[in-house]
Amino acid sequence: MVPMSYFVGLSAVLFAIGVAGVLLRRNIIVIFMSIEIMLNAVNLAFVALGRRLGSMDGQVMVFFVMTVAAAEAAVGLAIIIAVFRNRETVNADQLNLMRW
Amino acid sequence: MTAQFPALALILLFPAIGVVFNIFVGPRAGRNAVNVAGTGVIFAAFAVGLWAFARLLAMPAGAALEVTLWPWIIADQFHTAIALRFDALSAVMTLVVSGVGAVIHLYSIGYMAHDEDYARYFAYMNLFALSMLVLVLADNLLLMFVGWEGVGLCSYLLIAFWYGNAQFAYNGRKAFVVNRVGDAGFILGILTMLSALAAHGVWTLNFAGLQAHAAMLAPVATMAGLLLLLGATGKSAQIPLYVWLPDAMVGPTPVSALIHAATMVTAGVYMIARLHFLYALTPDAMHVVAVIGGVTAFFAATVALVQSDIKRVLAYSTISQLGYMFMGVGAGAFAAGIFHLMTHAFFKGLLFLCAGSIIHALKGEQDMNRMGALWRRMPITYATMLAATLAICAVPGFSGYFSKDLILERTFEAGDEGLWLLGVITAGLTALYMFRLLFLTFHGTSRVAPDKHVHESPPVMTVPLIILGLLSVAGGWVELPPGWLWGGAFSRFLMPVLCRSRSQAAHGAAGGALGVVAMLATLTGFLLAYILYIQSPALPGRIAARASALYHLLVRKYYVDELYNLIFGRFLFWGSTNVLSRGVDSGLIDGIVDGAGLGVEAAGEVTRRSATGNVQVYAFVYLAGAVGIAAYYVYLVMVR
Repeated sequence: MVPMSYFVGLSAVLFAIGVAGVLLRRNIIVIFMSIEIMLNAVNLAFVALGRRLGSMDGQVMVFFVMTVAAAEAAVGLAIIIAVFRNRETVNADQLNLMRW
Repeated sequence: MTAQFPALALILLFPAIGVVFNIFVGPRAGRNAVNVAGTGVIFAAFAVGLWAFARLLAMPAGAALEVTLWPWIIADQFHTAIALRFDALSAVMTLVVSGVGAVIHLYSIGYMAHDEDYARYFAYMNLFALSMLVLVLADNLLLMFVGWEGVGLCSYLLIAFWYGNAQFAYNGRKAFVVNRVGDAGFILGILTMLSALAAHGVWTLNFAGLQAHAAMLAPVATMAGLLLLLGATGKSAQIPLYVWLPDAMVGPTPVSALIHAATMVTAGVYMIARLHFLYALTPDAMHVVAVIGGVTAFFAATVALVQSDIKRVLAYSTISQLGYMFMGVGAGAFAAGIFHLMTHAFFKGLLFLCAGSIIHALKGEQDMNRMGALWRRMPITYATMLAATLAICAVPGFSGYFSKDLILERTFEAGDEGLWLLGVITAGLTALYMFRLLFLTFHGTSRVAPDKHVHESPPVMTVPLIILGLLSVAGGWVELPPGWLWGGAFSRFLMPVLCRSRSQAAHGAAGGALGVVAMLATLTGFLLAYILYIQSPALPGRIAARASALYHLLVRKYYVDELYNLIFGRFLFWGSTNVLSRGVDSGLIDGIVDGAGLGVEAAGEVTRRSATGNVQVYAFVYLAGAVGIAAYYVYLVMVR
């Protein structure tokens, strides 16, 4: 049996990678992918802990997260395409109109 | 004994419908619809009033009809309801207000036939009648105060009806502000009574409740009575707050008739009669009421002697007659005061409507020096005005005779011989200025501008004149001397509601002698007027030149307006400009408001730099915050 700490550790590592990607990368598509990594890191923690506690709640929650993530991917990519058509760039540094 | 009578609400509902209709539908519905609706609702209210009156007559003396519409203020132990009470006093007032008011509305159709703003006019008139009916039907002081404020508002709206003229608008504001002073006295009087009762654990402002607990009011009766008297002097145009009434004549003439006859100025007299149980506790306040009335009656009559504007003469005459009413109620003859109020409503309403008829015929001319010899060309107006003049001069048989005589007699009986004498002199002055008015307008030589085509008014205006003319003649017959036919039916009807203490003393031999003296005074006034304005019309000018100081004192109305202007106007204006406007408003208030704005702006200038627009910066701050909060909780767990 794989110890619990492995799952949680992997989840933490994946989440950290996602955070780093969101904060450091400039391409908004990559940022978007990083958000997906964070979501899946959380999913991993949910199923692992749910199994450990003998509860189905964790898996149910994962289904919700996946559904929402799918919807979010569709909407998010649509927004990115719309932004690209307007600005001809996907660089987050240049998409900064919403400021003082 | 009281009985529920829900139809009382209709008396208020009909004028309310008129107000709403004339405001929202009137301008589109056209002149005919407004005329029918605006006048019809008051006649409907009058009809319901008659119905209620018939019910009241069928009940034993001292009975009242009541209806509670809905609860109004419920604050701990203090409960007040929107409730109406129709007893003998309210009945008289309701019938006078709605009856005379209806006739004046009818007359207005003709008078306002050339005015474009007829819908607004009738909306205000209906609101005026509604407010006055609320005032007289209210069963508690608070609801009465609503009507009290309502008539104040409507007087402002109607006096300043032709608001395009800056002077008219100013006069409207003057009426409003002067009334405001009186209203302050009224509300302080209410609070004085309420606090005296509350000290005994009684929380009520119902007239019935107040009367039942009148003994608890005794310690504050004088103070409350004087404060309420201040309110009454404001509404009923007595010294010191009468100054608004002469200026109120700039409104359309039917409005003057309504203010002077049916609504508004009668409110003060009605209020004192309504609170007779309070005034009965305090002879001091009563005496003040009587003295104010007597002095005002004399004072206003002297001013009326020399004015040349026909409506101004009538306005001062109203003040003078209201003085009689105050004398009456001040002498404890509440029924006599209310009786004079009623007869005065007939003949003063008529006098104003006649004046309106003349002004209408002369296309807005109000100066009596440009009238004269009108009687042949306006026979109906002349006949009715003559009836009203005879009534106001208390010629035996006419309505004013019965009421004014009663007041003078009661004043004498109450031991105020000085006031009685003042009243008798005023009766002589009344005859002098009224016949002066009649002679200058209808007799003598015509001084009308030649381009004016003088004509009798249309029937819609003359019919109201005739109705009020008949009432001016016969309206006093409800109160005949004892032993004659039905005797003092009016007093007998009112007496159970009003004070019992000084009831009917018979018209004795003394009464007859007093009446003869008053009649002699009237006759002297008439003869003087005849000599001065018919026989030798040059004489008044010579007298004025000889006694020019006195003449100017009277023409300028004793300089009271100037005095008030100096004391209150100037002083308050200076304070408002220099202290309140420049100091408090521009300095303090604006400083705070501007300072707050500037502070926020400066803070925003600094903090808005954080909004970089870079989403990754936001994400980093968010992460840092989340890590910080998490770290804080981890720290808490570790410490524990």
